[in-house]
Amino acid sequence: MKTRRTVVAFAAAVLLAGVSMASAQDKSIVVASTTSTQDSGLFEYLLPIFKQKTGITVKVVAQGTGQALDTARRGDADVVFVHAKAQEEKFLAEGHGVKRYPVMYNDFVVIGPKSDPAGIKGMKSVTDAFKAIKAKQASFISRGDRSGTHSAELRLWKAAGIDIEKDKGPWYKPIGQGMGAALNTAGASNAYVLSDRGTWIHFKNKGDLTILVEGDKRLFNQYGVMLVNPAKHPTVKKELGQTFIDWLVSQEGQKAIAGYKINGLQLFFPNANDPSA
Amino acid sequence: MTGDHTALQLVLSADPALMAIVVLSLTVSLTAVAAATLIGLPLGAAIALLRFPGREVMIVALNALMGLPPVVAGLAVYLLLSRSGPLGAWGLLFTPQAMMIAQAILVTPIIAALARQTIEDLWVEYRDELAALNISPPRRIATLIWDARFSLVTTLLAGFGRAAAEVGAIIIVGGNIEGFTRTMTTAIALETSKGDLPLALGLGIVLIAIVVVVNALAWAVRQAGERFAG
Repeated sequence: MKTRRTVVAFAAAVLLAGVSMASAQDKSIVVASTTSTQDSGLFEYLLPIFKQKTGITVKVVAQGTGQALDTARRGDADVVFVHAKAQEEKFLAEGHGVKRYPVMYNDFVVIGPKSDPAGIKGMKSVTDAFKAIKAKQASFISRGDRSGTHSAELRLWKAAGIDIEKDKGPWYKPIGQGMGAALNTAGASNAYVLSDRGTWIHFKNKGDLTILVEGDKRLFNQYGVMLVNPAKHPTVKKELGQTFIDWLVSQEGQKAIAGYKINGLQLFFPNANDPSA
Repeated sequence: MTGDHTALQLVLSADPALMAIVVLSLTVSLTAVAAATLIGLPLGAAIALLRFPGREVMIVALNALMGLPPVVAGLAVYLLLSRSGPLGAWGLLFTPQAMMIAQAILVTPIIAALARQTIEDLWVEYRDELAALNISPPRRIATLIWDARFSLVTTLLAGFGRAAAEVGAIIIVGGNIEGFTRTMTTAIALETSKGDLPLALGLGIVLIAIVVVVNALAWAVRQAGERFAG
C-alpha cells in the first residue's frame, strides 16, 4: 500500500511541476500576426535582434489577418502586426487599437503551374490574368480565411470586374488555411494561387509551381503595426508593446527588416517614413 | 530549428531548439495524463461500483466523449481562457498550462471510460468477497483500482497516446509560439505549411520514436511491478 501513496505523490509532483513551469518569463509580449510573416521566416530573423537589444521576448501567434485582429479584439494580444489596411482602420475605428504605424511592404505574386493552362505568363496586368483564369475555368486556390492575402485577392477579382461570390464554380477552391497550406494545395492540384512573395521565396515544396505574374502596382502589400488599446483591454502590456513598435519603425529596426534576405533576395522593404502607407 | 537541416541531423546534433520542443511536448502531455488520471480513475471506478439514477446515461456520455474532436475541446478552452472569457483573468491563453488543460479534457473521458470497463469486470469477480468483508464504498474503489493497476497502465497509455498525437486543441489554445508553446505536433503542422515536407516527416518520425520509448518504459515498469508483486 506504500507504493500506492508513492504513485499518487509522483502524479501530483508531475502535475505541480507542469503547472508551475514556464510562467517565469514575464518580460514578454504577445503579438498577433500573420502566417505570411511567420512562414516567410522574418520573425525568426528579427526577434532575436530585438530581444538582444531590449531583453523583451516576443511571442508570435501567427494567424490570418482577420483572425489576428479578432484575437486582439478579445484582448488576447498586446500588439497586432498585419497587412490589410481597410481591416486595420476598422479595428482602430472600433477603439481596439491606439494608432497604426506603417512598417514595411512586400508584394503579391500570382503563382501557377509551369504548364500555365490559362496562358497568363508574363502579363503586366494582374486583372487581365484573373480574367483569363476565370474565362478558362482554370483551378484557383483561394485562402478563404479573411487573411490579408485573401482580402487582397477579393479586391483583385473586384478590380477585374468579376463578382467572385456569384461567378465562382468548381474551379475556385477556398481552403480556409494559411499561405503555406494554400501553396501546398496549389502544387498538388496544378492550380493558380495568389501568394505574398516572402512566403513564396521561403517555401520549400515549389514542385512544378512558378511565378507567372508580378510587378503590377496593385500587387503591393503593406504591413502595419498597432498597440492594442489598453483603455479597452487593461491587461495589455503597453510599455513593452510600444517598445516593440518603436523599435520596428526606428532606423535600426527598419535596417534590420531590410537586412532579411534569402539567397540574396530581400523579402521586405521598410517604409515607416511613408505617411500614406 | 531551421529548414536547412534534416530532422536526422537535428536529432544527432541534439539541436537545443528541438530538445526544448520534445521536453515541452512530454511535459504538457504527461501533465495532462496525470491530471486526467487523478480525475478519471476514481470517476471510472465510482461509476463501475455505484448504482445511481442516470448511470447508464453517464456511461454512454463518457464513451462518446472518447471521440471528442480535439478542435472542439480547443475552441471551448480558448473561449473560456480568452481575456474576454469567464476565466480570462487567469491570463492562461497561449501558455503551456492552457495546452495542459485542453489535453486533460480530451484524455479524462478516455481514462474514465476504459477504467470503468476494466474495474467493472474485476468487480464482478470480487463482489461477494468485498461485500462479505463489509468494506465501505470509497475503500472498495481504492482496493479495486489497486488490484487492477497493471491493466490500468494500458488505459493510461491510451490516454497518453491521444495527448501526444493531437494538434487540433493545442494549436488553438497554445498559439504555436516559438520557444514557448511549440510542441512536436504543432511544429510538424508549421513545417508542413512552410512546404518543408522532409523536415515535417522527420519530426513525425521523432515523435513516433518518443511515443514508442514511453510505451516501452511503461511496459518495463509493469513487468518489474508484476514480478515484484508476485
